This record gives sequence, C-alpha cells and structure tokens, in this order.
Amino acid sequence: MTVTLNGQPRNLGAETNVAALLALIGLDTRKVAVERNEEIVPRSAYTQTWLKDGDALEIVHFIGGG
Amino acid sequence: MDIAPQTEADTWAVAGRTFRSRLVVGTGKYKSLEETAAAIAASGAEMVTVAVRRVNLSDPSAPMLQDYVDPKVYTYLPNTAGCHTAKDAVRTLRLAREAGGWNLVKLEVLGPPPHLYPDMQATLEAAEALLRDGFEVMVYCADDPVAAKRLEDLGCVAIMPLGAPIGSGLGIQNAAMLSLLIEQTKVPLLVDAGVGTASDAAIAMELGCTAVLLNSAIAHAGDPVTMARAMKLAVEAGRLAHLAKRMPRRMGADPSSPLTGLIR
Repeated sequence: MTVTLNGQPRNLGAETNVAALLALIGLDTRKVAVERNEEIVPRSAYTQTWLKDGDALEIVHFIGGG
Repeated sequence: MDIAPQTEADTWAVAGRTFRSRLVVGTGKYKSLEETAAAIAASGAEMVTVAVRRVNLSDPSAPMLQDYVDPKVYTYLPNTAGCHTAKDAVRTLRLAREAGGWNLVKLEVLGPPPHLYPDMQATLEAAEALLRDGFEVMVYCADDPVAAKRLEDLGCVAIMPLGAPIGSGLGIQNAAMLSLLIEQTKVPLLVDAGVGTASDAAIAMELGCTAVLLNSAIAHAGDPVTMARAMKLAVEAGRLAHLAKRMPRRMGADPSSPLTGLIR
C-alpha cells in the first residue's frame, strides 16, 4: 500500500500499524506526535492503529521557534 | 540593602504554574542546538517557546530540541508560527499537545511580511477555537486595548502585545499603549516581540509588564550567551525599578547636594 508521509508518497507492506511505522523509520515515540488523515493518533493507540492505502500521515516534533 | 529575599518571593503565575524568572525566551534562530542550550541556561528562563514541524524522515536520528532543552526542566510553550487560520492553529497545537502532553500554548496568527503584524480577527477566531478545545492560551496580539480585552474576556491566560514588529529589534515603540494595556489587563501581560537589547527589556519591565518574551535579541546578538545573561539582569533590574517606583520627572534641575553650609 502507499501512504502519504509528511507530504511524500511511501510504499509500505500490508498490515502496518503506526507503532511499526515509527519503528521502521527509527523514531523515538516519546518525542513525536502523529496525525492520520487530520486526526491525532494518541500514543496509546499506535499499536491498534492500522494503516490503510491512501492514508495521509504527519509526523511532527518540536523544533526551535520564537 | 538586601534584596535577595524580596526577589525570591517575587513570582508570577500563568495557568496554575508559578515562575520565578520573568524572562521567556524563544529557541529559534540559533547556530546550533548547543548554542541554544547554553543561551537558554544563561538567560535563567523557565519557559521557552518552541515550534511544531514535520520530522525530517531522511535523518530520523538527528538530535532533537528535547535532547538539549529538557522539557522536564523548562516549560515548553508551543507556538503557532506559520499558521494563518484558526483551523491550522488548532491542528498544529493538537499535535503539540500530543507530543508534549500539556495544553499551555502560545497563539500567534500573523499578517503578511514585512510587518508580520498580528491578524487580530484571525487571532480572535483561533483563540475561541483553542479555548473550546481545552487549551490554555497565551496570545500574541496588537497593542489594541479593545482586541486585547476581548481576548482576555474569552479566557486567554496571558495577553502578549508586541513592542515592535517580530525580529525587528526596534525596542519598545509603544510605551503609552503598553501602559494602557497593563492598566486594564487582569491576567499576566508579556511584551512579546520587538526587544532588541537589554535596555528595551528593562523598559518593558519598568512599565509594569509581568514578563518579557524574546528570541532574536539573544539569538542574533554577536555573543548570544552573554546577551542572554544581559537580558536576565535587565529583566530583574526593570522589575525591581518598577517595584521601587521611579522618582517623578521634573522639567528643571534639583541639586542633590544641600545648598546650606557652603563655604564663603
């Protein structure tokens, strides 16, 4: 399946949940937040949130700002 | 005079959190995360503003702000920089709330360059939406007493007018308007934007602001760490001068030495 990840298309194997995706990318889940189709995915729901073809995901973190 | 006990007790509070430092600093525009950390430590700030942005997925192991500026030590105040609508602001801060686990935020909805002046209509809309969604909103705003009162009445927890355009370093250009706002505002009032050097921060505090928020004045100084320390001292000096109540201004001279007992 193909999802849009931070604005870029990305191919993923079937049966991928948010926890697996973050592990695949290599991100520390404590430092990021995830939005799927403009809805927040709570950290507690990462393993139960299964991705679907066409999903739009945003993965954000805090950076320097004023 | 021993002023230490007085300054220690002189705290301010917003959204149920108490702070000793009256300097809030941004974490943007530094050369490196190391410099960010050193300048923030030197500033003595306890609250720092941060932005929310996409993770760079091509370099997921790159160091993150939290590795250098510990959210357990500093209160993170996520901002809405780059948001131009209420919808964008709410979306960004919901992500911030999830990433950080708290709901104290800085709302800023800006007009176009070159002034980036606060768009008060959009700011009011965004503030309403955020407050409905359970956020505690510290709000960047124009020095407009009508709009500021409306934001306060909506339930914003701090009113944060500009002293001059963001990043301009022009200093406090609106002392009279800030004084009006200080007079009418019951929640903390912070000057947010415009401070260029230490004396500007001192002026804001002497006027009676609760605290000062700045970023560029430190980050763009020749030596950010030294300027951070200067800002810390200026905010403290300005605060003490405000508490001490300055002498009245007079049009003529008034000699400090007695005129009696002069030799003839």
